[in-house]
Amino acid sequence: MAGGLVVEQLLNGLQFGLMLFLLSAGLTLVLGVMDVVNLAHGSLYMLGAYVAATVAGATGSFWAGVGAAVVATAAVGLVVEATVLRRVYPRDHLTQVLATFALILVFNEGARIVWGPQALLLSVPPELSRPVAVLPNLTYSAYRLVVLGVGAGLAVLLFLVIHRTRLGMWVRAGASNRAMARAMGVPIQQVFAVVFALSAALSAVAGALLGPILAVQVGMGEDILILAFVVIVIGGIGSVKGSLVGALLVGTVDTAGRAFLPPLFAQLMSPEAASNLGPALASVLIYLLMAVVLFVRPQGLFPVRA
Amino acid sequence: MRARNLSVEAGRRAALPWPAGVGRALLWTAGGALLLAFPYAAEALGWHFYLSVATKAAVLALAASGLNLVLGYGGLVSFGHATYYGLGAYTVAVLAREGVQQAWAVWPAAVLLCAFAALCVGAVSLRTRGLYFIMITLAFAQMVYYGVISFKQYGGQDGLRAPRTDLGLPLTDAGLYYLTLLLLGACLVLLWRVVHSRFGRALQAARDNELRAAAVGFPVYPVQLCAFVLSGAITGLAGVLMAHHTQYVSPNMLGWPQSGHLMFMVILGGVGRFWGGVLGAVALVLLEEVFHSATVHWQLFVGLVLLAVALFASRGLSGLLEGRLR
Repeated sequence: MAGGLVVEQLLNGLQFGLMLFLLSAGLTLVLGVMDVVNLAHGSLYMLGAYVAATVAGATGSFWAGVGAAVVATAAVGLVVEATVLRRVYPRDHLTQVLATFALILVFNEGARIVWGPQALLLSVPPELSRPVAVLPNLTYSAYRLVVLGVGAGLAVLLFLVIHRTRLGMWVRAGASNRAMARAMGVPIQQVFAVVFALSAALSAVAGALLGPILAVQVGMGEDILILAFVVIVIGGIGSVKGSLVGALLVGTVDTAGRAFLPPLFAQLMSPEAASNLGPALASVLIYLLMAVVLFVRPQGLFPVRA
Repeated sequence: MRARNLSVEAGRRAALPWPAGVGRALLWTAGGALLLAFPYAAEALGWHFYLSVATKAAVLALAASGLNLVLGYGGLVSFGHATYYGLGAYTVAVLAREGVQQAWAVWPAAVLLCAFAALCVGAVSLRTRGLYFIMITLAFAQMVYYGVISFKQYGGQDGLRAPRTDLGLPLTDAGLYYLTLLLLGACLVLLWRVVHSRFGRALQAARDNELRAAAVGFPVYPVQLCAFVLSGAITGLAGVLMAHHTQYVSPNMLGWPQSGHLMFMVILGGVGRFWGGVLGAVALVLLEEVFHSATVHWQLFVGLVLLAVALFASRGLSGLLEGRLR
C-alpha cells in the first residue's frame, strides 16, 4: 500500500480525532464536575453547524459563520444550563438522561421548523478549497489542514486554561471531589455555568468546522454524541488529558479501520465475504477498543475521581 | 442515594397491584373488560388503526417491563436492550427465510437466543459499574448491530420480511392483540413473583448498597446475572411479538436509539416501580400517536411533555399515580 495513502489517512484520523476532542472535552468536564449526563451535547454541536451555515451563507464569510456559531451556541448553552440542567443536578442520572433526551427532541424539531428538513450547505472557504502539497508527492486538503491546526490550537489553549488558571484549578478540584471542593470554597455553581458555556462553544466550533466535511442536518449530533461518550469512557471521566488521548485514539482507529480493513480483508478472503465483513468490523473497531480498554483499566486511561 | 427502608417499601408495594377493596376490584374488572372488548369496539367503529396502536403499546410495555427488571430493580442501566428486542425479531425473520415457521420451534429458539446473548453480555458487563456499565452494554449492542447488517443475505441495512409463524390456527390482528395481552399478563405475573421473592430482594439490596448486600451473604454477581438474562429473554419475547405485529424487521430495532427509547419508557413510567414499564410504554406510544396525528412537528411536543415529566415528576408517571391513589 502506498505510503502517501497512509499519511493521508493518518492526517484524516488526527483531524477527526481533534474535532472529537472538542466535543468530548466539554462532555467530560460537565460529567466530571457536575455529574450531569448531558445527552443534548450533540444538539449544541448541531446548533453550531446550523448557525455557522446560515451566517456564512448570509455574509459570505465562513469565519464570520464560525464566530457567530460560537457566540450563539454559548448563549443557548447558558440558557439551557439555567433553565433545565440546574434543576436536574441533584437528581439521579436517569432523570438527567430523560430531561436531556427531551431537549434533543426539542432541538431537533426546532431546527426542522427554523431551517426545514433539508440538509444545509456549508461550503469550504474559497481560499482553502485547493489542496496543498504536504510532502513532495502528496497533496492534502488545505481546509482539513486548517481544521487540524484550529483543533490543535484549541486543545493547547484548553490545557493552559485547565492547568494554569484559577478557573482551571477549580474545575479540576470539582472533577476530583465535588463535595470537598465546595467545602473549600470553590463556587461550583458559577464554575459549572462557565464550564457549560465553554463546552457549548467548543462543540459549536466542532460542528461548524465539520459542517463542510460531514453534512449539516437534523440528527447529526446523535451519532457523534455516542462517539464522544466512547471517547470519555476510554479517557476516564472528568479528565481532559484522557479525552484528548481517547479522541485521537478513536479518530485514528476509526478512520484507519474504514480505510484499510476492507482492502486487507479482500486479500485474505473471497471478495464477497470481504465486502460484507470489512465495513462491519471497521465500524465495530472503536467499540472493541473501548471494551479492551475497560477490561484492562475499568476507570479509563486517566482516572480522575479521588 | 437510594437508601430506603426495604421492608416498608416492599410491604407498601405488595399491596398495590392486586385488588385491596371493592373500589379497586371494580377498577380492575372494568379495566380488564375494556382491554378484552377493545378489538370488538375497534372493529365496530372501524378503528382498525387503533387496534394496531394498542398491540404496539402492549408489545413495548412487555419490552420495557423486561428492561425495568435490571434498570429499576437491579439499578443496572443497560443501554443495549435493543439487542435482545432486535434479535428476537430477527430470529423470526431469519428462520422464516430458512423455511422454519412452526411457532413451537421459532418462539423458544428466539427467547433462548436472547437469553444466551444476555448471558454473554451480562457476564462481561456486570464486572463494571455506573457509566462504564452503560457504555459497555452499548458497545456490545453496537457490535451486534453492525454484525447483523453485515449479513447481506438477511437484508443488511434494508431489513427483512417476517411472515407470521404458524401457531396451528390463523392469527388475525385481533388474535395477535389477545396473544400479546396474554403474554404480557403472564410475564407481569412472573415479574411480580420474581421481584417479591428472596431473589428479588437480593437484587434490590444489591442496587441499594452492593457492599452491604455482599456482606450479608447475597451472591451479588450471580443474582444480577440471572436478572439480566431474564430481562433479556422477556425483551426478546417482545421482539418476537413485534415481528409478528409489523411482519418486517429492520436493523433499527437493534440500534442504540431503540435502546434509548425503551429506557425512556421506563424512566417516564417510573424506574423500579412495578407498573413503570407498562405505564411508560403506553404513555409514550399514545403521546407519539396523538401528536403525530395532530402535527408534523410532533417531536417538539413529545419533547416538551417529557421535559415536564423529568423536571416536575421525579418518580415518573407511577409516582404521580401513586400519590393520587393513596
